[in-house]
Amino acid sequence: MKVTFPHMGNTYICAKALMDDFGIDYVIPPFNSKKTLEIGTKYAPELACLPLKINIGNFVQAHRQGADTMIITGGCGPCRFGYYSEMNREILKDIGCELDVIALEWPDQGLPEFLRRVKKLTGGLNVVKISRVLKDVTQIAKMMDDFERLSFRVRPREVHKGDTDRIYKAFLNKVLKTAGSSEIKKLIRDATSELLSIDMDRDFVPLKVGIVGEIYTTIDPFTNNNIASKLGNMGIEVDRQVTVSGWIIEHIIKNALHLPRDLRYAEAARPYLGTMIGGHAQETLGHTVLYAKEGYDGVIQVYPLTCMPEIVAESILPAVERDYDISVLTLIIDEMTGEAGYDTRIEAFVDLLKRRRERKNVGEATVLFGN
Amino acid sequence: MPKTVGIPRGLFFYEYYPLWKRFFEELGAQVILSEPTSKQILDAGVKSCVDEACLPLKVFHGHVLNLVGKVDYLFIPRLTSVSKNEYICPKIGGLPDMIKHTLQGLPRIIDTEINLRKSSSNAYKAAYEIGMNFSSNSTEIRKAYKKALQSHEAHKEKLKSGILPDEIFSKKSARIHPKKELTLDIAVIGHAYNLFDSYVSMEMLAKLRKNNINIHTIDMVDESDINQMHKALRKRMFWNFGRRAVGSALHFLGREGMDGVIYVMSFGCGVDSFVCDMVERRIRQNSDIPFIVLTLDEHSGEAGMDTRLEAFIDMIRWRKLNESNIPAYG
Ligand code: SF4
Ligand code: SF4
Repeated sequence: MKVTFPHMGNTYICAKALMDDFGIDYVIPPFNSKKTLEIGTKYAPELACLPLKINIGNFVQAHRQGADTMIITGGCGPCRFGYYSEMNREILKDIGCELDVIALEWPDQGLPEFLRRVKKLTGGLNVVKISRVLKDVTQIAKMMDDFERLSFRVRPREVHKGDTDRIYKAFLNKVLKTAGSSEIKKLIRDATSELLSIDMDRDFVPLKVGIVGEIYTTIDPFTNNNIASKLGNMGIEVDRQVTVSGWIIEHIIKNALHLPRDLRYAEAARPYLGTMIGGHAQETLGHTVLYAKEGYDGVIQVYPLTCMPEIVAESILPAVERDYDISVLTLIIDEMTGEAGYDTRIEAFVDLLKRRRERKNVGEATVLFGN
Repeated sequence: MPKTVGIPRGLFFYEYYPLWKRFFEELGAQVILSEPTSKQILDAGVKSCVDEACLPLKVFHGHVLNLVGKVDYLFIPRLTSVSKNEYICPKIGGLPDMIKHTLQGLPRIIDTEINLRKSSSNAYKAAYEIGMNFSSNSTEIRKAYKKALQSHEAHKEKLKSGILPDEIFSKKSARIHPKKELTLDIAVIGHAYNLFDSYVSMEMLAKLRKNNINIHTIDMVDESDINQMHKALRKRMFWNFGRRAVGSALHFLGREGMDGVIYVMSFGCGVDSFVCDMVERRIRQNSDIPFIVLTLDEHSGEAGMDTRLEAFIDMIRWRKLNESNIPAYG
């Protein structure tokens, strides 16, 4: 059995740690690229959402490198993601790309079926080992998210432009050459200290922008044209609350153990969206409200064309914009998205935020003098 | 003066109007329906929605605007689920919020959540909450709900027998009994709010009938048949429409004498993008029945649609003619 899995930003690092630790034979699909998307666009339904298209591309490319089994997560609605496993299976079968599917989701048949799948993957049901590996992988997910968050803060403040990106890229290259969670953890720790030792302009007060939207396109730098690093290099501090570890911890672990979840965003979203409708619509609206309250300068919503929950969120966002006086830019991604037009829109938005901040400063100054 | 409740003629209107109407009327309210979909209604809806919204949502917004100023209440329930373990669509779940935050000058909105995913007894709870707007007498509300359910059952029976919602609501049975030798049997799969809104579907059903075609829709298939066929999928579809669409499409495939399948899809519909693809794959894998996908959006031209429809029908007739000309002993 040679296992593969779909890409989404840095999740492959967690997947790699997991499989190294279990001693599973695997192929990491080539990183998301135009080619991946091209393959996906060719075989997936035209109006499918972008993450599915990229999944298909990943699997076809991994299959060419010898993978024979795919791992995929899922769910049971209400959004399309819950049916990704079957769509992947059917599409790949029809194009003669035979891959066995291990769907790591709660099956209709219940626990025995779930255990069968885990056993198939890990080669046994050693509870002690499984829980240790899961703990390590969750830790890695958290460390990766912290590392990323740190890069969001360092990038706008770096004195030598490009330092952050250089360290980040070097780290990504090294990860591929390590094996096992303890080595990966060490690597993350090293890269973190490297980031911290960059020359920074500590007095600089950057504009702050929150990134919200559909999870795949906000997390995956290929699909969002590197939005986080792009903004950072324009001197903007970004933040993103929807993360891989957040997803693992809040949705999977806490849900399974019935632990109280951090639902501040849902509370904040309530006046705008009364209920969970699937995807991350509630997060999008709730985090926008919270960002506004925390004094952020703007919010960027990113989502793939035809994404159902985000279309609902997009329709309601103007109300949040109005009520909290925060600027929101919506970027919709599809296979036709050209980088040039995309960059222009981001630049125009940043200009707008700059002008707004100046006006505010002048406004405050006037008030001061008026007194 | 009775209180007036406005019901937009869109989305679940086609399936639930008799239930809703009876319920409100039993409680002494007067029901006011928006006008049939027209260019004005669609244009108003398109203007008030984000571009990315699907056509049915835009149409619905138009109907809401059509009722503004005419009613005391607007009935826009939050439809999360109408069946056990199933959902409808994220957009429909968020619809009342979209409406409230995008349209201005709205009357009071009744947006009680209807969520039968965990238990169907939630239906009465929702009805009770809705009824409280018009009566404080719980027996009265229960009675009204019972009667409403009767109307709903009667409506479902009619749909099942092949009467279209238009004919049911206008009380004129326009069923033409086509001449035997020329008839074709074609299954038309799609959301009720696309098929049965004759403006949106550009009179597709009427055109098919004029062409001596017996139309078969999802509503005409037994739930048990749908569920049986739906088992062909390895993982059940968790959208109510998805299960019914796939189940009935496969059921039609196995039915003697079915001449073709038309899938009517809304442009930008997330649910359709998967369901239609699944249906198409299964059909192509298992049969050589003629199959066509017609996509509706606010820009689709009637002429183009007619041409494709006619070509499809001609092809089927031609095929049929040739098949029956092959001598049995050949
Ligand atoms: S949230 Fe959006 S991108 Fe994700 S499955 Fe749903 S529609 Fe697709
Ligand atoms: S099911 Fe499709 S057509 Fe209906 S509201 Fe949802 S996305 Fe729109």
